[in-house]
Amino acid sequence: MSLHLAVALDGTGWHPASWREPGARADELFTAGFWVDQVREAEAGLLDLVTFEDSFALDSDRADRAQGRLDAQLVALRVGPVTSRIGLVPTVVTTHTEPFHVSTEIATLDYVTTGRAGVRVRVSSREDEYALFGRREYGNETREGLFDEAADHIEVQRRLWDSWEDDAEIRDAATGRFVDREKLHYIDFSGDHFSVRGPSITPRPPQGQPLVSALAHVDVAYRLAARGADLVFVTPGGVGRDGPTGDAEAILRRVREEEAEVGRTGDPLHVLGDLLVVLDDSADAARERLARLDETDGRELRSDARTLTGTVADVADVLESWHGAGLAGARLRPAVTAHDLPRITRELAPELARRGLFRTAYDADTLRGHFGLARPADRYARA
Amino acid sequence: MAKKQIHLAAHFPGVNNTTVWSDPASGSHIEFASFRHFAQTAERAKFDFLFLAEGLRLREQGGRIYDLDVMGRPDNVAILQALAAVTDHIGLAGTVNSTFNEPLDVARKLATLDHLSGGRAAWNVVTSWDEFTGENFRRGGYLPKDKRYLRAQEMLATAQALWDSWPADEVVADAASGRFLRHGSDTERSGAGPSTDAGRFAIRSDQFDISGRFPVPRSPQGRPVIIQAGDSEEGREFAASSADAIFTRHAELEAGQEFYADVKARLAKFGRRPEDLKILPAATFVLGDTESEAAENARQVQYQQVGPATAIAFAEQVWNRDLSDVDPDGPVPSFDPKTADDVDSGSHISKGRASVRMYKDPVAVANEWRELGEREGLSLREVVIRKNGRHTFVGTPQRVADTIDEFVQSDASDGFVLIPHITPGGMDVFADQVVPLLQEKGSFRTEYEGTTLREHLGLQPSPTTVAAVSVEA
Ligand SMILES: Cc1cc2nc3c(=O)[nH]c(=O)nc-3n(C[C@H](O)[C@H](O)[C@H](O)COP(=O)(O)O)c2cc1C
Repeated sequence: MSLHLAVALDGTGWHPASWREPGARADELFTAGFWVDQVREAEAGLLDLVTFEDSFALDSDRADRAQGRLDAQLVALRVGPVTSRIGLVPTVVTTHTEPFHVSTEIATLDYVTTGRAGVRVRVSSREDEYALFGRREYGNETREGLFDEAADHIEVQRRLWDSWEDDAEIRDAATGRFVDREKLHYIDFSGDHFSVRGPSITPRPPQGQPLVSALAHVDVAYRLAARGADLVFVTPGGVGRDGPTGDAEAILRRVREEEAEVGRTGDPLHVLGDLLVVLDDSADAARERLARLDETDGRELRSDARTLTGTVADVADVLESWHGAGLAGARLRPAVTAHDLPRITRELAPELARRGLFRTAYDADTLRGHFGLARPADRYARA
Repeated sequence: MAKKQIHLAAHFPGVNNTTVWSDPASGSHIEFASFRHFAQTAERAKFDFLFLAEGLRLREQGGRIYDLDVMGRPDNVAILQALAAVTDHIGLAGTVNSTFNEPLDVARKLATLDHLSGGRAAWNVVTSWDEFTGENFRRGGYLPKDKRYLRAQEMLATAQALWDSWPADEVVADAASGRFLRHGSDTERSGAGPSTDAGRFAIRSDQFDISGRFPVPRSPQGRPVIIQAGDSEEGREFAASSADAIFTRHAELEAGQEFYADVKARLAKFGRRPEDLKILPAATFVLGDTESEAAENARQVQYQQVGPATAIAFAEQVWNRDLSDVDPDGPVPSFDPKTADDVDSGSHISKGRASVRMYKDPVAVANEWRELGEREGLSLREVVIRKNGRHTFVGTPQRVADTIDEFVQSDASDGFVLIPHITPGGMDVFADQVVPLLQEKGSFRTEYEGTTLREHLGLQPSPTTVAAVSVEA
């Protein structure tokens, strides 16, 4: 069985000094070409998907760091029509958004890409993000409550995607009916934070259910993924808010335990390990590059995911060992996109292929297809 | 003097009975290929912008989902963003509701669309507030009707403050000096290097209490183009104070001139010039090689648009009761409509449809229909067609081009939002046959001259901006 390989795109890269590196194109950060070229590079490397980071609040006030952020869903939508195989997975903040809007937006991404849409959900854990919306008191939230809300958010998205059966549109000229309304369904979701009646305004998207994912470092997040996601990103050898996250085996055990506890049915979660990569021809060169970047930024790089400074072979070794531990693959965070993304696509992907661990051509054209997931039956359809 | 120029928008066929789905030429209403075809046709014809309507809940009638019209649509801003990838010039206008959205999210989306389309974004601000739609959203039907424009006004003012919150050309991204932003204060708030206040705002009003930093640097247009579509007194004032264009239903010469004069006269008190607000009525069209062929085509389209079931459904909206036992090919019912005390109260048979609010006096409407039917010997279906099925422009391409130009030159409008009845090919014939005639008249562009939608519409650039924004209402 081969690995799944994803890249996490975040501006010019995951190192805050990345914008100052050669080829970074930081002055183009807010143009379409900047994003299109990155995703095309990832697609040339045959990757399963790219994720787009997002947050309503800015990361820092430092005028010497890259500033500004576009809406991740719209970035994915702009890229959709000019790519053809790679999955596109924007981040969505569940705490401050309407599940109804998110559901139709992701369905639209799925239509635009004919089946390559996913979504990564995130809860809001920053006070400044609350102030931008002014609707809720930061101090009143509990972590459990936020994650329960995220699970509800996913549930509503999913029910809305199913709220039109595939054959609801009948165009029956004899009776004048465009749809068979027996095949449109109220979802009647009711929860602590919202109630949603439905049906969706958007018919069921090409994949039926676009792929749902989350990044998780702690039990409450593993549980969220077990309840509602298809894919979970984890951080073996990394550090979460509660301290070290453990190795790949320990994390995978926790994920499977949560799946059992919440009574998950159907396909088990695909678990991908996150790794921040600084790649060079030698480990020394990579270390020197990281040191130089840190010096430029005036601060040592901080990361929740393990940071690997080394060669492509070093990364391949880690991914192979994770694979041995049972992970389905990895999501790589390039420290400097301009430098590290081409190394991933042009060197790492072929290296993994040589080891028999990665595809040499795409064999599916939907995101679910890349993960071997069938198009699911509609939950409302009568058998 | 140069001739007054016509502005044209292409309305993707709507989710209503204007769109004919039973025609063999009628394609998908949801696949991206349909949107691409439609947008590329409009761009080929040098239209100012593409326009998408919005409805956030499937309509119902008699307690059931209304099944006679085309249904299903993508998210507007999302599909426009994707269309930016397959077009280069045309403006991209989306209807986005001000009641069931938050200003930071909407402002960020439109600023993103503006960046990733190179300055082509427009927002049609609509105020649907009803509880029926609210059932799909976090806060339900929380907003009283009389606050709909207060919220819209504050929403727009807030969005504009957010768009203005980054100085122009603030991003310099100078790798050598390490300055990403042009301005930075010397106070080292974060401990390393100069800090920035770009995007900082604080807004406190009846509807909003928000603060922080807006995350998107100033976009190519500064402020995306603002469109308004609402007809009440409040709606007109809102447009006069804040919009760049109005989408109206007044597409008849005299009514159009009246509306045009009324709205343009309101501009001065807001310190604006007549050319700062474009008036664009909705218009449908049916063409033919001869006048009589066009008239016959129009008649056929009307019968497609108002089938027997649709005729009954329309009558039910007036009578406010089930009429499934009425014969559409028989006379207009002789009994009176059931009057709801207030059609907005939620008790009306039809839900999620703005036009029911137009039947302010259903008994009078029923009388009118009955008299017309008796006078001319028309069936119920024929009466509905007469009353609801009129096409704005019917004729040869030359006749239609002449009429459009006459409207604009005589100040009945500044152009039109054209609504074809076939998806996605309904605009092709207009693009091929009418637009060249308008160009021959010297009333419509032959090439795009500017790059942004503001430039296409001949609007002034957005005001430039302040470094930190604070609004108190
Ligand atoms: C030409 C026209 C088009 C409209 N399109 C939409 C639409 O797509 N979606 C929507 O929710 N409301 C739409 N509306 C409704 C108005 O925007 C407005 O919210 C409603 O008419 C109530 O405001 P009013 O009382 O000022 O008319 C439209 C109105 C007009 C006149």
